[in-house]
Amino acid sequence: MAKLHVSTTINGEPAEFLCEPNDTMLDALRGPLGLTGSKEGCASGDCGACSITLDDRLVCSCLMLAAEAEGRELRTIEGMAHGEKLHPLQRQFLEMAALQCGICTSGMLIASEALLKKNPQPSEEEVRFWLAGNLCRCTGYDKIVRAVLETAAEMREQGIKMREQGIKESWQ
Amino acid sequence: MTDTRYLAPNTLDEAIGAFAAAGSTARILAGGTDLLVQMRSGAVKPGLIVDIKKISEMTTIEETADGGFRVGAAVPGAVLAEHGRFGKVWPGVLEAVNLIGSMQVQGRASAGGNLCNSSPAADSVPALIAAGAIVTIQGPNGRREMPVEKVPAGPGRTNLKTGEILVSFTLPPRSPGSGDAYLRMIPRTEMDIAVVGCGVSLTLKDGVCTAARVGLGAVAPTVLLVEAAAKALIGSKLGDAALNAAASACSAACRPIDDKRGTIAYRTRIAGVLLKRAATIAAQRAGGS
Repeated sequence: MAKLHVSTTINGEPAEFLCEPNDTMLDALRGPLGLTGSKEGCASGDCGACSITLDDRLVCSCLMLAAEAEGRELRTIEGMAHGEKLHPLQRQFLEMAALQCGICTSGMLIASEALLKKNPQPSEEEVRFWLAGNLCRCTGYDKIVRAVLETAAEMREQGIKMREQGIKESWQ
Repeated sequence: MTDTRYLAPNTLDEAIGAFAAAGSTARILAGGTDLLVQMRSGAVKPGLIVDIKKISEMTTIEETADGGFRVGAAVPGAVLAEHGRFGKVWPGVLEAVNLIGSMQVQGRASAGGNLCNSSPAADSVPALIAAGAIVTIQGPNGRREMPVEKVPAGPGRTNLKTGEILVSFTLPPRSPGSGDAYLRMIPRTEMDIAVVGCGVSLTLKDGVCTAARVGLGAVAPTVLLVEAAAKALIGSKLGDAALNAAASACSAACRPIDDKRGTIAYRTRIAGVLLKRAATIAAQRAGGS
């Protein structure tokens, strides 16, 4: 059977790829698209290492068919930093040692970014519930949760300062 | 190479035509949070995957003219949670749907998928049964309706006929003084499968329960409507005697399995405990005491 041709948008750029009808989006990202930042942990939607956003909605790319990307907008970890400039979450994860082996990190970052977009002032409990679908076997989670809370505080402060100066609210 | 085909039709008629023609190896793809796991494990090798998310009737939430709701079968939990009114009218249904999996899973998983996957432990199903939700099903021979509790036939099996697709849920209008709640027992706080799940919906008038429905999950091959428990609540002021009678009715309805999640004795006892707690929360939401 012929492969499917899929046209989509990834991290703001148009992208095209070929896939089998039963390939997952994670297969397509890590294979033909060469975007290996999204990781395969469990391939059953339990670990969150393959987290991406699909039209701004947090999903596991292992639980999505590659064919479903047609005409949609995807964001992956590769689109998080702007050139050399890290997203505040990425910087805080580094500064606060919120990662060890790194397998869960891209999923943690994508999920945390989705949380902060929806809720810029989460409580610790809200962070823990939101990240319940992202497993980490190294850190014990505390450093990750603290890094997310610290970033949220920093981004709020930054946002207030920028608004005072009449600058569009953005970390970029 | 693979023999699987993928279709994402824009209309229900197109979807049903393809789904019916492809026979028993065809699968419907809504959120995919069960289907892709089954494909990955090799349990299912679909000849055809029909992605129904481009069909607007299946992905939208509408308030009906009589004050009820019509929820498309493929509406993800996260979208239902963002609806302005649904969670205010049906907080128990919403909390049940939102218990399914992680935030990532919530971005995709739907009540329709949860029902058609037909797990006895499906979280949304007891709450939808308690709510008195009716499903609309469409197939090659037209449309029909069915109460939610009639959909599951057993673990992994439904009463839908070949080529039939579950289109939407209709939730009835709510009388004043009504409330619902869903509770499940799991050994941790998140990301687990119900050992027992209990949904209660009730209406109070001057402190007296005038209507009630009870759905019970993970205690039988299918999620149960427990009419005897509802009967014990109706006409009472939800005092200890009525709650104990309803709890006993729930325990009596249990036909559970013994497995690593819970023993028969444990599930049977917990079914009654959850009934009392869920009924109490539903009553608080109904505006009672």
